[in-house]
Amino acid sequence: MEINIQPLVPEIIMAVLALLLLLLELFVRRKETVGLLCIASVTVAAYYMPQSFGKAFGGMFISDGYSVFFKFLFFINLILTVLLSIRYIVIERVNHGEYYALMMLSTLGMMIMASAGDLIVLYLGLELMALSTYILAGFIRHDIRSNEAALKYFLLGAFSSAILLYGITMIYGRTGTTGIALIGAALAEGTVDPVLLLSVTALLVALGFKIALAPFHMWAPDAYEGAPTSVTAFMSVGPKAAGFAALGRVFLTGFGPLTGEWSVILIVLSVLTMAVGNILAIQQQNIKRMLAYSSVAHAGYAVIGVIAAGAEGLSSMMNYLFIYALMNIGAFAVVITLRSEGFQGESLHDYKGLSRTHPVAAAVMLVFMFSLTGIPPTAGFIGKFYIFKAAVAAGYAWLAVVAVVFSVISAFFYLRVVMYMYMHEPEGEPLTLSLSPAIGLALLITTVMVLIVGIYPSPFLAFARIAAG
Amino acid sequence: MVELFFGYLAGAVVVLSLLVVFSRNAVHSVLWMLLMFLHMAGLYLLLNAEFLAATQVIVYAGAILVLFLFVIMLLNITEEMRLEQFTVGWPMGVSVSLGVLIAMLAALSGFRTDLKGPWSIEAVERTTHTKALGKVLYTEYMLPFEIASLVLLVAIVGAVYLAKKRLR
Amino acid sequence: MMKLFELLIQPGSFDILLDILVVVLKIAVVIAVVMLHVAYATYFERKVIGHMQVRMGPREVGPHGLLQPVADMLKLFFKEDIIPARADKPVFYLAPVISLMAALSSLAVIPFFDGFVIADINIGLLFILAVSSLGSYGIVLSGWASNSKYSFLGGLRSMAQVISYEVAMGLSLVGVMIMAGSLNLTEIVRAQASYPAGMFAVPQVLGFFVFIVAAIAETNRAPFDLPEAESELVAGYFVEYSGMRFALFYAAEYIGMIVMGALAVTCFLGGWTVPGFVTAVLPFLEHVPGVVWFIGKLYFIIFFYYWIRATLPRYRYDQLMNIGWKILIPLALVNILITGIAKVIL
Repeated sequence: MEINIQPLVPEIIMAVLALLLLLLELFVRRKETVGLLCIASVTVAAYYMPQSFGKAFGGMFISDGYSVFFKFLFFINLILTVLLSIRYIVIERVNHGEYYALMMLSTLGMMIMASAGDLIVLYLGLELMALSTYILAGFIRHDIRSNEAALKYFLLGAFSSAILLYGITMIYGRTGTTGIALIGAALAEGTVDPVLLLSVTALLVALGFKIALAPFHMWAPDAYEGAPTSVTAFMSVGPKAAGFAALGRVFLTGFGPLTGEWSVILIVLSVLTMAVGNILAIQQQNIKRMLAYSSVAHAGYAVIGVIAAGAEGLSSMMNYLFIYALMNIGAFAVVITLRSEGFQGESLHDYKGLSRTHPVAAAVMLVFMFSLTGIPPTAGFIGKFYIFKAAVAAGYAWLAVVAVVFSVISAFFYLRVVMYMYMHEPEGEPLTLSLSPAIGLALLITTVMVLIVGIYPSPFLAFARIAAG
Repeated sequence: MVELFFGYLAGAVVVLSLLVVFSRNAVHSVLWMLLMFLHMAGLYLLLNAEFLAATQVIVYAGAILVLFLFVIMLLNITEEMRLEQFTVGWPMGVSVSLGVLIAMLAALSGFRTDLKGPWSIEAVERTTHTKALGKVLYTEYMLPFEIASLVLLVAIVGAVYLAKKRLR
Repeated sequence: MMKLFELLIQPGSFDILLDILVVVLKIAVVIAVVMLHVAYATYFERKVIGHMQVRMGPREVGPHGLLQPVADMLKLFFKEDIIPARADKPVFYLAPVISLMAALSSLAVIPFFDGFVIADINIGLLFILAVSSLGSYGIVLSGWASNSKYSFLGGLRSMAQVISYEVAMGLSLVGVMIMAGSLNLTEIVRAQASYPAGMFAVPQVLGFFVFIVAAIAETNRAPFDLPEAESELVAGYFVEYSGMRFALFYAAEYIGMIVMGALAVTCFLGGWTVPGFVTAVLPFLEHVPGVVWFIGKLYFIIFFYYWIRATLPRYRYDQLMNIGWKILIPLALVNILITGIAKVIL
């Protein structure tokens, strides 16, 4: 058998450099260096990305526009979260080099998921991503909340992995293959039987766990709240996007002939997710918990892109995830700056009067809150607009209306943060922000990008459209 | 004859799994699970997969389950043995399991037995299972194999970090 | 029932019955011989160690104390069987049986001489590893079920020790698997005969070393006998056992020793064969039956066990773990690497 590793070059580079970082951690005294090297490694992998198009290992691994788009998304996610972490993990007193290596390995798992042309590869990529993230969630070993987050995330994640494997075995028993394209070919005759339905449901449930669709979102609030904030930012974007990448590939290519069946289930889940996420977010007093529910709700919007299917739907979903990554990490970056030695800064009340004490931070947070709500001229508006457009074009106008209604509801809790910042007097002791050049850079990038995409979106839309094929 | 063996092994696996769940004493649960793993190894043997059968015993029974025992014994759960029941959600659990069971029974008819790959029983018997598995694993399934090694590495790094790294 | 009957009166079913009968006979022979060896292994252990420590060893029962094992057996047989209060009875009863079964069933795949093996299976080596990993259940369960602190500590120690050293042992055998290209023990022996040295102990010297050390730890023998360290734990996991049940544990330990010795002989010392260069010099040795060679090599290994026990002091627990994880496993991995590279080049 001829082995063509050209499409795998970025993944191999990531793996080798991650292991090198792990070794280097022994000798490097200043762990900040490891963080910077991590960013450098990512750029090396990104450099080799354009040459990687093609298939390897008999179609088990596919590098195409779709996967490359997601891989760039994962890289952005990794770089931004590393920038957030450099100062933050010092404050949390967990400044260890393994942190960066694990983030790289987790990103590697996501890349494999996005490129998987075979369900076994998909499963292993998912495990690699998830296992690294479980450890990262429990990275603050001396904090009981972090332990709890890791444990809950791990138990429910392991549970969902088992369901995924059930689904894979059933589809294997029905079609005799685990190749996603081969499954699509085998199902082309279009007969629907209970095995297929069960297998589709199992895969949907398992991936639903990863992207936190209701009713499989139970782990998300606890895990997001307890995990280190930088890791929360990382796992609210990366694993979710990877889950969407897998969802798009498996359901549109593999289960394409069954679109009529699974889209019904997805519509129900989507509405439920938007309802649960947006309504439960209202009563949260902890900002990380609120953002957790908000990220659940955003998964509900993005799923509409998968339901709409076709290049239009897919590209709107990819575009949405890209924008979501920027604004969500930006919001978490502001949350992190509030955390300082001996001060949690996670309660909504800590934001009261922020505009008086730290006007710039407040203004930046304002941009992200507007964007998460979907108010023009921010990127959030563009993302939602194209999702809804795709839904209407695919004949799901009523779903778009429902989503708009829930967006309006979401304004309540996003704008409450803005109200606290601008219309309340500061309470208690004045806040000190823990700033560093790295986090400043991250905030700059995210803010500028959110505004640029909001005002001049066409190049980004074109990129997603080309990538979706 | 094969049906007879399969019937016994499959039935035993079901009964033993139930015993694992319903045992009051956690150590007894682990022992039932040990027996269940041995029966599963028997099922592999029935499928001509002797390498898998041996690995099943070495890895699951010999290593993983022993670690279960280790943890259970160190926790010394004598209080829990006397508790009536500590989860309230069991009616929900039972109904979900029953639902899954019914769905799976309904799905049985859809499985296909006419699909044949290159590794028929005769081919496996000719090359011996260990060799056949090795060949497939290191050529066709090279990529998953390598990813699996990374997964295990991450698990090791995580275990070492969470258990060993001193607090600063 | 009818079907079973029809199966029995079919032509050819007589051959099957005959096969079964032969296997049963083989099992009976092997168990009888091994049990006899177990009885006298205890005697020789006491004699050898006695002489090494300038004592005489057992002398009272029979000439030179030769009937001592019989006396021991009778004593254990008639002793009262005491079960501790609040012990977990089913598990307490089960534990020694598990130990003994695990040790005995390993014997099934060992080729004692050319053509004599109870079950000539493809994965003989893996079978032994699998079964010996089950043996640790007997120990740990006896420790737990006795409801005694000493037993419990002994059981926990043994569990950690056996798991750690099993990894090293399995890895040390990988070199042998690579060289022989098979997991079948008969074929492994044949493969050795075709190598110039006549045994894998020469090219696999690293693997042999790791295997021998790991085998000592696996069988809980000195200097790795921490699970039953008398000075700390009285007798470790079987403190609470008495009479026949105690005897079962004792037998299991010695059978384990014999199994490990036999495995070393088959995998590293050429089993029932004689190295080619020996028969070239002394051609009459070719007529010595294979079983004699096998047993001779096995006796040597067992003597080596006694020798080590009489010579080395017991290791500390952390030293034991360090040796296992930081020395033996890396050594075994290096051995695999070297063997693999050599196999590819040559």
